[in-house]
Amino acid sequence: MARPTAPGAHSGAPGAPGIERPADRTAMRPAVAAAVSTRRGVELALLAFAAVITTGALVLVEANQEQELTWALLYLGAAYLGLLAAAHLAVRKFAPYADPLVLPVAALLNGIGLVMIHRVDLARIARAASLGNSEPTQEALRQIGWTAIGLVFFVGVLAFVPDHRTLSRYGYTAGFVGLVLLALPAVLPASLSEVNGARIWIRIGPASIQPGEFAKILFVVFFASFLVVKRDLFTTAGKHFLGMTFPRPRDLGPLLVAWGVAMAVLVFESDLGTSLMFFGIVLVMLYVATERISWVIIGLSIFGAGAFAAWTFVTRVQTRVFVWLDPFADYNGRGFQVSQGLFGLATGGIGGTGLGAGRPELVPFASTDFIFTSLGEELGLVGIAALLLLYCLLATRAMRSALAVRDTFGKLLAAGLGWAIAWQVFVVVGGVINLIPNTGITAPFVSYGGSSLVANYALVALVLRVSNAARQPAAEKRPGAAPGPHQGPLAPLAEASTEMVSRDQVRTPPHGVGHQPAGRPGPGDPTDRAPRGRTRGE
Amino acid sequence: MNTPLRRVSLAVMVLILLLLGQATWIQVVKADEYRADPRNARVLLDEYSRQRGQISAGGEVLAQSVESPDPGDRLRYLRQYTEGPLYAPVTGYYSQIYGAGGMERAMDPVLNGTDDRLFVRRISDAITGRDPAGGNVVLSIDPRVQRAAYEAMTRRGYQGSVVAIRPQTGEVLAMVSTPSYDPNPLASHNGEVQQEAWEELTEADPPRLTNRAISETYPPGSTFKVVNTAAALEAGLISPQTPVTAAPRITLPDSTTQLENYDGKPCGPGATVPFATAFAKSCNGPFANLAVQVGPERLRAMATSLGFENPALTVPMPVQPSRVGDLDDGASLAQSGIGQRDVRLTPLQNAMIAATVANGGVPMSPHTVAQIQGQDLSTVDTTEPDRLARAFSQSTADTLTQLMIGSENNGSGEGKIPGVQIASKTGTAEWGASPKTNPPHTWYDAFGPVPDPQIAVSVIVERGGNRGEEATGGSVAAPIGRAVIAAALGGDS
Repeated sequence: MARPTAPGAHSGAPGAPGIERPADRTAMRPAVAAAVSTRRGVELALLAFAAVITTGALVLVEANQEQELTWALLYLGAAYLGLLAAAHLAVRKFAPYADPLVLPVAALLNGIGLVMIHRVDLARIARAASLGNSEPTQEALRQIGWTAIGLVFFVGVLAFVPDHRTLSRYGYTAGFVGLVLLALPAVLPASLSEVNGARIWIRIGPASIQPGEFAKILFVVFFASFLVVKRDLFTTAGKHFLGMTFPRPRDLGPLLVAWGVAMAVLVFESDLGTSLMFFGIVLVMLYVATERISWVIIGLSIFGAGAFAAWTFVTRVQTRVFVWLDPFADYNGRGFQVSQGLFGLATGGIGGTGLGAGRPELVPFASTDFIFTSLGEELGLVGIAALLLLYCLLATRAMRSALAVRDTFGKLLAAGLGWAIAWQVFVVVGGVINLIPNTGITAPFVSYGGSSLVANYALVALVLRVSNAARQPAAEKRPGAAPGPHQGPLAPLAEASTEMVSRDQVRTPPHGVGHQPAGRPGPGDPTDRAPRGRTRGE
Repeated sequence: MNTPLRRVSLAVMVLILLLLGQATWIQVVKADEYRADPRNARVLLDEYSRQRGQISAGGEVLAQSVESPDPGDRLRYLRQYTEGPLYAPVTGYYSQIYGAGGMERAMDPVLNGTDDRLFVRRISDAITGRDPAGGNVVLSIDPRVQRAAYEAMTRRGYQGSVVAIRPQTGEVLAMVSTPSYDPNPLASHNGEVQQEAWEELTEADPPRLTNRAISETYPPGSTFKVVNTAAALEAGLISPQTPVTAAPRITLPDSTTQLENYDGKPCGPGATVPFATAFAKSCNGPFANLAVQVGPERLRAMATSLGFENPALTVPMPVQPSRVGDLDDGASLAQSGIGQRDVRLTPLQNAMIAATVANGGVPMSPHTVAQIQGQDLSTVDTTEPDRLARAFSQSTADTLTQLMIGSENNGSGEGKIPGVQIASKTGTAEWGASPKTNPPHTWYDAFGPVPDPQIAVSVIVERGGNRGEEATGGSVAAPIGRAVIAAALGGDS
């Protein structure tokens, strides 16, 4: 209840007409639809800025690697800007009110990732040349292809999901498909699924995808729709203990299922990263839906127990923990990669060696899982901090949309997606810099890897979709009113399994459509949560 | 639902802060440790991608980096030593696997170009687009003297060390340690070659990697009588004419142990001889008595002012401190007075003692680096002579010089240089667990020519060279010292 809500709003009928809520920053915007800025110009300017930084970084790499500085570099930068401009136009058409920061941040991360992948390519090519081997494939070129595919997905999601609430109808489908994707590598023969000891791939011919990346989004969709429907059940009953309300044992079912899935991934696919990712997302979404910290505590406890059991039985987990505790204990063996990564980071120091001037290729997987050590070596602590802040911005913009959007499904969806980004960054970067055991997943947008890039562009498109709904003026959303020029038909509210929430940040006058009729308080309104749970007695 | 949303946003920021904290821990706090870790190949690859500076002396290049002849070599520059074994004690080695030794280690910041004195050059290199390269180190070593000393030792198959110093400046003119080694295989880019060479050198007996001149301490034997005499002269306890005992043996104070002269013969026909005679013949009895007269404090103070007990001495390679040892009772004081018991010094220290006498009582801080140059051979820094606190007066120095001339003229005289007056003191030091049966270490400390000394030299031949138990400083070490002085004065050795 951090909102500076007037005391009357708690006891009185929440959201009743005539009660003036204190305005916050967002409320200062004009309520008239025509006057609401889409801020697409800001987005375009920021995208151009991202392209300039990316091109500049590319020039630095080439200069430091004593490659020829040609106009081709500028064309590359222009091509990159062109791709982004296309994405930008799609946002203009399909989600004109979307958050203007999200796409540029994703694009900048993608751009810096491309530059670093190219830089590692140069090192690999030089090494192959000195050993007399044939030239290795350039990952950067492939990654540019994946970027294009990712942006196609991005536009596709924006175009085919005109309203995020429609997704809530496909919750169980999403959950099922997600589960299949997650389980597929474990079922497939190892020859089709195992890469470097983890069975998280599906390899079809030359292409290989990591279905876990897509499963991540599908699970967020599933949990958002599932929790919207069931959350009343989870929040109404429970026992008070230690100052917290604990859920009834029978309500623990979904959590136990999620735990089971996480453990299965850990044991059958030997994939600590996906397991950790998956369970972390479930826990946080449960917490957001139920507002009960007890879920988190129970979840962490059973995950801790499961992880301990895994540590006891699964060699791969033991190895990761062993290396985490002392990377140098088995320097030439298990700890080699992490040790090399730490050496790279330390050599970079605060300012870094400069793009193209370090030796990131000494670390195995310098362009995928360990791309952050490559970046840390050449860009230093300063560069790492900048990248982490970009991720932080991306995640918090998603959270911001979750706060602003008015339906519970949208809130859970945006929060789940935003958290997924932050949590994945924590798990992968934390593993690489030895804050937590290394797990081997990719850094969103930065690491080389098609599945990750495509999935994350789709994820960002969904965040934009929710933020568009959050920032869209009410006049354009009113079903009765003439739909906005770019709006597809909205799903009737009654058909979507979501609940509208009265905003505590009132942007529209009290008679706005999203406003709840007096006497039927919206379940998501923070101002009435605690009392409602007890008085309704469902 | 907004309250948990805000908390989750907060959690996101906490996660990012945790990551930033750990990144800071690794990239700032632990950075130096990880960067310098020998297993971190980055520093090495970096070092080998820049041209390391050269080490030269008297216009001769002793060590330099050249483009690796192997085009597939991931290390771009190969370190080469022109006359490896001759200069190895000074240049040291530069190995990827085993690190660096000697000058390569001590002057590494200059040679790899990171030294602050090269900062301006680095900037100008960056602006003019010249490939960054290390600075050069010019040694004070005189190749003629070094070669004469090395050849004099190796020709006879001697194991030991020669150090020569210019008395007025402290410049080290020669620093020889035999048997020596070739640093080239250690600088090979082939790991197996390095490893083989390293194993051979570290297991060698007698040791070959050790720079005896500064890293090994020996009992000084009779050469320490110079220190003892200096302390006595300063205290006014004695003059060259003072009669001292001529007895072939004395009983050590506070004990029943007998101390006898080297050959067991009396120092002279009568009961006493003048002190000058005792010095020239290096009789032990008078000096044992003298040390007791001087007392532990003054003896130790004189040794300290000459450079003993200084763990911080570098040339710029760190020098093993020379020690006077335990002087608590009369017997140990008396034995220390003739350079036995626990007195231990480096050949460099002994050369410093001779140089101080030659310089009128003022010790000069010894150094081997004369100049630092930029990669274009322009002078960046020049080592200025550094006077240390006066150890004894000019008149003491004059008296010591006369005493040492007497000692020189008393000796066998092999290799004497016509027309050049040398002042010297020999030493024959017992060592080890069975001092009477071990072949003794033989010493020769000298400077010349008097009255205008150009060079002070200390020679030690371990285990008496090839003369077995009959070896003496005068017969084994002196000819080498004289050859070194002759080379310094321009003669042929």
